[in-house]
Amino acid sequence: MTIGNLVTLKTDPANTRAAEDGHCLRLQQVNLYYGDFHAVKDVSLDIGARSITAIIGPSGCGKSSMLRLFNRMNDLIPSARVEGLVEFDGVDIYQSGIDVVELRKRVGMVFQKPNPFPMSIYDNVAFGPRRHGIRNKRILDEIVEKSLIQAAIWDEVKDKLGQSGLSISGGQQQRLCIARVLAVEPEVILMDEPCSALDPIATLKIEDLMRILSTNYTIVIVTHNMQQAARVSDMTAFLMVGEDRAGMLVEYAHTNEIFTNPKNKKTEDYITGRFG
Amino acid sequence: MKASNAKRRYLTQRVAISVLAVSLALVVIPVIGIIIYMIANGYSSLSWEFLTASPSQAGKAGGILPAILGTVYLMLGTILFALPIGVMAGIYLSEYTRANWLTRLINMAIVNLAGVPSIVFGLFGLAVFVLGLNLGMSLLAASLTLAAQALAMTITTSREAIMAVPKEYREGSLAIGVSRWQTIRHVVLPQAAPGILTGAILAMSRAAGETAPIIVVGAAFLVGGLPGSPFDRFMALPYHLYTVSAHIPGMPSEIKWGVALVLIAMVLLFNILAGIVRIKTRKR
Repeated sequence: MTIGNLVTLKTDPANTRAAEDGHCLRLQQVNLYYGDFHAVKDVSLDIGARSITAIIGPSGCGKSSMLRLFNRMNDLIPSARVEGLVEFDGVDIYQSGIDVVELRKRVGMVFQKPNPFPMSIYDNVAFGPRRHGIRNKRILDEIVEKSLIQAAIWDEVKDKLGQSGLSISGGQQQRLCIARVLAVEPEVILMDEPCSALDPIATLKIEDLMRILSTNYTIVIVTHNMQQAARVSDMTAFLMVGEDRAGMLVEYAHTNEIFTNPKNKKTEDYITGRFG
Repeated sequence: MKASNAKRRYLTQRVAISVLAVSLALVVIPVIGIIIYMIANGYSSLSWEFLTASPSQAGKAGGILPAILGTVYLMLGTILFALPIGVMAGIYLSEYTRANWLTRLINMAIVNLAGVPSIVFGLFGLAVFVLGLNLGMSLLAASLTLAAQALAMTITTSREAIMAVPKEYREGSLAIGVSRWQTIRHVVLPQAAPGILTGAILAMSRAAGETAPIIVVGAAFLVGGLPGSPFDRFMALPYHLYTVSAHIPGMPSEIKWGVALVLIAMVLLFNILAGIVRIKTRKR
């Protein structure tokens, strides 16, 4: 649990962007259970660094559960159990001795419902850096400004940094949450249906933002919205529930491929709107 | 047929509302009655001297300052011990325990703690604090005794307040590599603080009214001078009220009611304070 054990999670940014063969996240025959319930079944896939990967599929097919494998957010559910290999940067993140706090610093997450803390906009963004020990006001100011600029919300909030994070619109709140994640300088950003609570214009802003961020960050997004997956992602993973109600990976390929020439009949049925 | 049905429904509704209104009146009227009666009978004894002097002639003359101060000290002492322990236990119960038989047993024990008669806490305090820890009959022993009794309430309200903090806030914090404890300290506790505080204030006002347990652990009817140290014996309003009402022959009745009035005013003040805290924070 100590930082010392974390040597396995390499810290030099030069080596960390990707393992030798270019992938950043990897699932190998992963199963996830909640008690007796088999939520994710036998999923294997590699996710490349600095790209956007969309996870699509009907409700209840285990998309969010799968996403939460990458930052061990399922750990919060006492009955959750993971089998198989989950790698970040070539390291098995479920082996004993992994510092989950350190992992989540490097693999950040944005949620479905914008969840700014009930504190000022400034404090929201500075929250992570402060907890990680940065006290210097000037450095914090810089981080806050940089993160808000990166999250494409600086111009809208620069004059009201002292106002509550809850006082701005839903779309702005979601970008504030993205800024809050960026402020701790992660390498991966997991997004769990980040636009499902937003109107179309706010959604487009987030999508533009994702495209820009993907030049520096590895982004994995769960979405209900197939057009969104088609618009924004490089790779698409299609999940579906099998006969035993467990979520399975049906097809994983370049987004173009999935939407124009799907190999699997089920994928085709889903993207053409025959079910789901 | 249909029309008579509607009529009956209407009538039933009228009856139900009337019954509810009468019940409410049955609750409210006595409360208001008691307060009016108390003010009418005790008002004449209230004076600057009554509030700021020590009693003389076995409480028939002079004032009740030592008892007022004693009660204030007791309330502060109670909360000093009950709040930190209650909050910490509440955090542990809500954040770190899993739902299993042991947790259920502990929760049941806490609920039952609230139901233990206060005189039993008095005996407990006598055995553990007065004799066991050798604190003697003192303000300190009484504060600890009342704190033990208040714990059930501070633990429960703290736990409830902490559990009411939305999970989204915790997740938002954990998801950027903030540790569990830091999340509790910087996200959960500030959110839960108003609820915790409300519970603490109510626990204090309840402690202010306790009579039985403090008799056993250090309250005295007449103490020379004001309490000077935590190890002194002390006067307190409820015990003073009990003694002047039951044990002093020829006690003028306006003095009894005056003491009661001061005690009720203190308790009411704290309850109003709790209400203000709650309203202020709901706005946020």
